Amino acid sequence: MAAVKQWPVQGIPDKPEGWLLAVARRRLTDEQRRYASRERLSDAMQHAFECAEEVAAGSDEFPDERLKLLFVCAHPAIDEALRTPLMLQVVLGLDAQAIAGAFLVAPAAMAQRLVRAKVKIKAAAIPFEVPERHNWEERLSFVLDAIYAAFTRGWQSSPEDQPGRDMTSEAIRLGEVAVTLVPDEPEALGLLSLMLHCHARRAARMDAAGRYVPLDAHEPAAWDQPMIERAEALLRKAAEAGRPGRFQIEAAIQSAHAQRRVTGRVEWAVVAALYEMLIAFTPAMGARIGHAIASAHAFGAERGLALLESLPEERLRDHQPYWAARGHLLAKIGLTSEAKVAYERAIGLCDDQAVRAYLWERWRRL
Amino acid sequence: MEYMLLFTETPAELAKRNDPVEAPAYWGAWAAYCKALAESGIMVSGAGLQPPDTATTVRIRDGKRTLHDGPYAEAKEMLGGFFVINVPDLDTALEWAARSPSSSGGSTEVRPVLPPPPNP
Repeated sequence: MAAVKQWPVQGIPDKPEGWLLAVARRRLTDEQRRYASRERLSDAMQHAFECAEEVAAGSDEFPDERLKLLFVCAHPAIDEALRTPLMLQVVLGLDAQAIAGAFLVAPAAMAQRLVRAKVKIKAAAIPFEVPERHNWEERLSFVLDAIYAAFTRGWQSSPEDQPGRDMTSEAIRLGEVAVTLVPDEPEALGLLSLMLHCHARRAARMDAAGRYVPLDAHEPAAWDQPMIERAEALLRKAAEAGRPGRFQIEAAIQSAHAQRRVTGRVEWAVVAALYEMLIAFTPAMGARIGHAIASAHAFGAERGLALLESLPEERLRDHQPYWAARGHLLAKIGLTSEAKVAYERAIGLCDDQAVRAYLWERWRRL
Repeated sequence: MEYMLLFTETPAELAKRNDPVEAPAYWGAWAAYCKALAESGIMVSGAGLQPPDTATTVRIRDGKRTLHDGPYAEAKEMLGGFFVINVPDLDTALEWAARSPSSSGGSTEVRPVLPPPPNP
C-alpha cells in the first residue's frame, strides 16, 4: 500500500479510507502492467488488492485497520517464516521480488508462498480483527517479532549494495506504525527504540574506504545524535510501564553502548548483566554470544570463552558470529593457532564481503 | 536433495588468483568456504577450475570437428568452479550460495541435480 509510504511525507488525507482505496487501485494497475506476463505475481497483487479493499470498506478508522492487518499477518495459523514477508507485502506493499532478496528465497517460491498464505487467511477465515485482551500479549509479540525479523534481515545486507531493498527503513516504518497504534505497550516502544539505536549508527559501520568497523571501534561523532535522543526517550517511556521485556532489554543494551558518546567508555559489567536478563527472556544464540563477549570485556577473556564453550554444539556448526567471537577471545588469550582456525571457520560462513574482509584482516594480524 | 553451486567470477576476481597482494585473501576466503562446507557435512563433490583461458571447446557440426581456444562463450562472468552439496531444500542451498566468495565478486547459480536414471 503506497498509502503508508506517502503518509509521513504528505500528511494524513481528509478521507483516508477512500484515498487508500484509490491508491491501492492505482498501484494495482501499475503492477499489472509491469507483470502482465507473470501470472503468479499479479495473482499475489490481486489478493493484496482484495485485502486493501476490505480495509477500505471497514467502518472503523484507518489506523485500527492497519493494526488488524498486522495481527492478521502475524496470526498463529500463519507459518512463522511467512509472517514477516506477508506483513511487508500487505502492510507496506513491497513486491515479492524485493522480499525474496531480503529473505534469500527464490522469487517465484516467495510469490507462491505469499499467495498460499493469503488463500489460507481467506479459506480458514482468520478473523480480521484485533484479538481479545487476554490474547493480546502473545499476539502482539508475534507482530513485534515479525517486524524485528525484517529489521535484522535488512541489517545483514548493506544498503549500498542493494538499492531499493532497504529493509531496515521498512522495518522502522512498521515499528512506527505499531507505536502509533499501541502507544502504551512497552515492548512496542522498546522495539522501536532498539531499531533506532542501531539505525543511528549506520554511517559509522563502514570507514571511508568501505571497510567494516565493529561497534566498539565506531567513531561516536558519526552517530546520528537526534535519532539516539529519540531512541532514549522511547526507552524511558517504555520503562515507565514497569513491564520489562525482550525488546526493552535489547534497547537498553544498545543504550549502554550509546553512552560511550557521553562518557567515552562502555560499562561492560552492566552490558553483561543486561544480556543475562535477556537470556532469561529469550535464550537465542545471539543473546548468549553477546553475553560471552560482554563478560570477556568485563571479567576477562577466559570467562567469555568458558561461556562460549557451554553453548550447544549442534547449533554452532554453521553460526558465523559464534566462530568470530571465539576467534576473537582465543586471540586475546594468546592461543593463536586455535584463533586462526576459528576465524577461518567464520570467514567460510560469512555472506557479507565487508565483514569477510574484516575477519580476514584479524586473521592476518595473528 | 542435491544442488550444484556454479561459481562465476569476473575477470577482476579471477585476476586476484595471481596477484601478490590480493591472492592470499582470495584463496583464503575460498579455502575457508570449502572448509565450512566440509565441516557442515553437506559436500558431495566439486572442484575449482583453472582460469577460462586454459579452456578448449569442441564442437562437431555435420561431421566436422572444430576446436576453439577458450570457453564456449564470451561472458562478463566466467565459471571458476562448482560444488555439489546435499541439503534439505532450496532455501538452505541459497544460504550456502550467499556465503560463497563468488556471490560478492561475481555470482553463484544454484541448480537442482537430476536424480540418476532408474536401473533398466
